[in-house]
Amino acid sequence: MINISEVEETNDMIEKENLDVRTITMGISLFSCIDSDLDRLNANVYKRITTAAKDLVKTGEDISREYGIPIVNKRISVTPIAMIGSAACRKPEDFVTLAHTMDRAAKDVGVNLIGGYSALVSKGMTAADELLIRSIPQALAETERVCSSVNVGSTKTGINMDAVRLIGQIILETAERTKERDSVGCMKFVVFCNAPDDNPFMAGAFHGVTEADEIINVGVSGPGVVKTALEKVRGESFEVLCETIKKTAFKVTRVGQLVAKEASQRLGVPFGIVDLSLAPTPAIGDSVADILCEIGLEHAGAPGTTAALALLNDQVKKGGIMASSYVGGLSGAFIPVSEDQGMIDAVEAGALTLEKLEAMTCVCSVGLDMIAIPGDTKATTISGIIADEMAIGMINQKTTAVRLIPAIGKTVGDKVEFGGLFGYAPIMPVNQFSCDAFVGRTGRIPAPIHSFKN
Amino acid sequence: MKKAIITVVGQDTVGIIAKICTYLAEEKINILDISQTIVSGYFNMMMIVDLSGCSENFEKIADSLEKTGTQIGVIVKCQREDIFDSMHRI
Repeated sequence: MINISEVEETNDMIEKENLDVRTITMGISLFSCIDSDLDRLNANVYKRITTAAKDLVKTGEDISREYGIPIVNKRISVTPIAMIGSAACRKPEDFVTLAHTMDRAAKDVGVNLIGGYSALVSKGMTAADELLIRSIPQALAETERVCSSVNVGSTKTGINMDAVRLIGQIILETAERTKERDSVGCMKFVVFCNAPDDNPFMAGAFHGVTEADEIINVGVSGPGVVKTALEKVRGESFEVLCETIKKTAFKVTRVGQLVAKEASQRLGVPFGIVDLSLAPTPAIGDSVADILCEIGLEHAGAPGTTAALALLNDQVKKGGIMASSYVGGLSGAFIPVSEDQGMIDAVEAGALTLEKLEAMTCVCSVGLDMIAIPGDTKATTISGIIADEMAIGMINQKTTAVRLIPAIGKTVGDKVEFGGLFGYAPIMPVNQFSCDAFVGRTGRIPAPIHSFKN
Repeated sequence: MKKAIITVVGQDTVGIIAKICTYLAEEKINILDISQTIVSGYFNMMMIVDLSGCSENFEKIADSLEKTGTQIGVIVKCQREDIFDSMHRI
């Protein structure tokens, strides 16, 4: 039978170390909504989302109450809208109507974000894909809860550089359209290489085309729990360090598995995956950078950071995999700048640069995340940064992503404020040398040699 | 069997267990196990209870226990047992 010290350990994790279930995300396929008439399509999408997810928020709250574990977000991901709208949308503004419908549906069922305003263009863009991408700045400026993502590369297909070039401009335009609100639109947009179909985390969640009609995916979080566990093994060997991380990750993931199974059963929707990511928040003590410091670094970004992060990420997976029947999504440590107080401190102390962050993304999920850059950064430079990150994903057969926020009217030394879970970010300097001629080339980068396994 | 864990934490005072147990008896909730410690004047108790005889829904029970705790100045939490089982048992 459970004893008092085990109960105390669990409740301390929840109350003092910020253990929570970060999100229950319901994936909803919209294929059944497709229609060549735009009004009918919008009506179908609204009805489909609000019917499938009508009990999602209430169920999340019930589970949270009964187990005493906070479930921070209840969210929805849908089939990439570029496909759903392809028969009905003739211009970017047509796609924007679908973003409004998604936003309205999200508000009406009470979820805080809805993902899937997306296009998958890793090899080529259809006309509809391109219209959707061109509609992103307007869609993100005019809606509140809609999140957008574009997959521009994969290990199997290479990198679609035409899309990378276009997206550099789209990110700047999105920033420009929301400049009065610290370019907040860019916070809701991610570019991917090897995007997973079952990612529960925003802004990159979409319901992949290989998925069933509906699915429940869960993301857990517990940087604070790992940090506290490591405080007890200061100065010990790597063996002890790694064992401690594994055991902690196991316990954290078991909570996610329990919540996922329970939500799936109550909603009558199949359980998809648990995402093992360590996801930080701006709350003090809920930081991945703090874990790196606890492992032995003065600041995230110091020499040794990439090794420490590689170790952390690997042990989290090893511990988590046995705790869940299905693991998927991004599953790795997140290293966003704005959402992690320890990362913000590292940037402000001058310990962490964009280049070091790029190196760190080679060994963890997911990529250059929530990084504010000067508003006068050129579109080609943004495309160059994206291309670098996509290349890391393509060659290493892993997911990588870029979520940059060009802060219009601001420069290095200033800050952007997003509020809530998104925190604030100091603006980081960007390499000023040009990559115009590289980005200006058309076509795609071919798939790497190791993708030819047949 | 629907099991739950009730934890009570707070300043030690007369009648904490009595008050909680009276409520549980009224709701036909059976106590399976109690353990209790006092660390530097702080009362720390855990009960494992069986809810299968109780007709009220879980949320109502948890709310009432919380309120009972507030009246006597202690923090009472009621959680389904599965969360502890999942975390600490393979």
